[in-house]
Amino acid sequence: MSGISQDDVAHLAHLARISIPADQLGHYADQLGAILDAVAQVSSLDTSDVPAMSHPVPMTNVFREDIPGVSLTAAQALSGAPAVEDERFRVPRILDEE
Amino acid sequence: MSDLIRKDASELAGLVSSGEVSAVEVAKAHLDRIAAVDGAVHAFLHVDTAGALSAAAAVDAKVKSGEKLSVLAGVPLGLKDILATNGLPTTCGSRVLDGWIPPYDATVVTKLREAGIVILGKTNMDEFAMGSSTEHSAFGPTHNPWDLDRIPGGSGGGSSACVSAFEAPLAIGTDTGGSIRQPAAVTGSVGVKPTYGGVSRYGIVALASSLDQAGPCARNVLDTAMLHSVIAGHDPMDSTSINSPVPDVIAAAKRADIKGMKVGVIKELGGEGYQAGVRSRFDESVALIESLGAEVVEVSCPSFPSALAAYYLILPSEASSNLAKFDGIRFGNRVGDDGTKSVEQVMSETRAAGFGSEVIRRIILGTYALSAGYYDAYYGQAQKVRTLIKRDFDAAFAKVDVLISPTAPTTAFKIGEKLDDPLAMYLNDVATIPVNMAGLPGMSLPIGLAPEDGLPVGLQIIAPAMADDRLYNVGAAIERELLAKWGGPLLAQAPELAGA
Repeated sequence: MSGISQDDVAHLAHLARISIPADQLGHYADQLGAILDAVAQVSSLDTSDVPAMSHPVPMTNVFREDIPGVSLTAAQALSGAPAVEDERFRVPRILDEE
Repeated sequence: MSDLIRKDASELAGLVSSGEVSAVEVAKAHLDRIAAVDGAVHAFLHVDTAGALSAAAAVDAKVKSGEKLSVLAGVPLGLKDILATNGLPTTCGSRVLDGWIPPYDATVVTKLREAGIVILGKTNMDEFAMGSSTEHSAFGPTHNPWDLDRIPGGSGGGSSACVSAFEAPLAIGTDTGGSIRQPAAVTGSVGVKPTYGGVSRYGIVALASSLDQAGPCARNVLDTAMLHSVIAGHDPMDSTSINSPVPDVIAAAKRADIKGMKVGVIKELGGEGYQAGVRSRFDESVALIESLGAEVVEVSCPSFPSALAAYYLILPSEASSNLAKFDGIRFGNRVGDDGTKSVEQVMSETRAAGFGSEVIRRIILGTYALSAGYYDAYYGQAQKVRTLIKRDFDAAFAKVDVLISPTAPTTAFKIGEKLDDPLAMYLNDVATIPVNMAGLPGMSLPIGLAPEDGLPVGLQIIAPAMADDRLYNVGAAIERELLAKWGGPLLAQAPELAGA
């Protein structure tokens, strides 16, 4: 059923924002191929009339009381940031240069 | 005072509240034990000596002033490093969070602190709770106190090992597919995964949000029940938290009477693929349950053989989404930000450097299972299988009060034995996974040593949702008989650790 190529792994790694070195792609492709073969077993059951289940406890629109409470200060929220500037998270550039 | 480390949590709480022993003495005895044996066991990633002593001193001050104490006040505990702790490192066993200090406490941690439970430190785990051996921790494996060359189970191997090595009488774990129960089984301790929604997930780093549940670990059923009662209950900060009363688990642990109960043996969990000594101890437990006046019947759950496959689609799918936040932007480590690279490049380098191979495998797998074109065949199909598993449980519980099976197919294996074979590793959770898929409560109880290797075997007990008390009633009844047979706790048979 499955079979996953090195190009597939490279593409998925890009989607997941993980830079996998080229010399490791084959290893991941082999392991993921074996795992996909095993999990393909889910197709062996007849589920034509079975609804999907995303969660063990069916709940919808759960809200807590809308009362003001104590929340983190800006300093606390920024305390674990790798880079901070002017009380904000400093991030690498998000647009290509002109 | 080294005999303090051998005492049950309930005994320690009694000694502290009566003023016979101070909480500081209890904390010091356990900190000394950690200093003596944790070099060999490596259950802890971080020991908070100052915090533990100060929490213990606060309990002693309350004893002096005659203030009412909660059931476990002054008792030390090991906390899995997946729960956010204000001012204490929280790594999830991952390089990507190495050095991160959360600015808030998880709800479970708040409840522990309010109860006067003394947090000794943070325990080791497979990175982001992905594994069954604790070998996937970025900070090195934890060793099983029964045999230091063997795994303590996972992902919560640090929590099970600290309890079974007498470094702490209590620990908190989290269980997504067996990460409390399988470590309990292979270390001869007790572990409970409560009903999904029974314990708040707020402040617990999410692996698979529809499966994760925190729970108690201890050396006997009553201590486990007491810790369960402290951490359970509705939390408005967790939208999946169940808003109904917590079952009286302590009363159930004290009742220990299963006369007239109906107990189901799950046909599909056991037999082929299960170690001979696991099967023989399980069969003995079945006979013991019958001798206590319960009726044992076999029940069939025909979709369970597909549960492992469905789990390894649902878990990676949810994890690939949950772990997207570890991108080096708002917290955690950032790699490669030299001023020339784009945010995308920096994120990709950060995640490659921060995640271990098992985490990368599961993120890629989840990304694949959720991709357009594969979604229906993989993730969608797995969700339908999940419904079938729940229906199997519903049908079984129409006939019986609790279900039982072995907790894990084998005893503790050697460190390194399955590290390069992910599929072999995944099989450790074959009996525990269906319980998470349906959101049910489950316990692992030590039932003896496998004759062929002398290592602990666990019995899994499963109850319907929000009937967690049944686990404790059944577990305590079996435990009472086994303690009489063994002449004391199973852990008394574990070898002395060097340096102790």
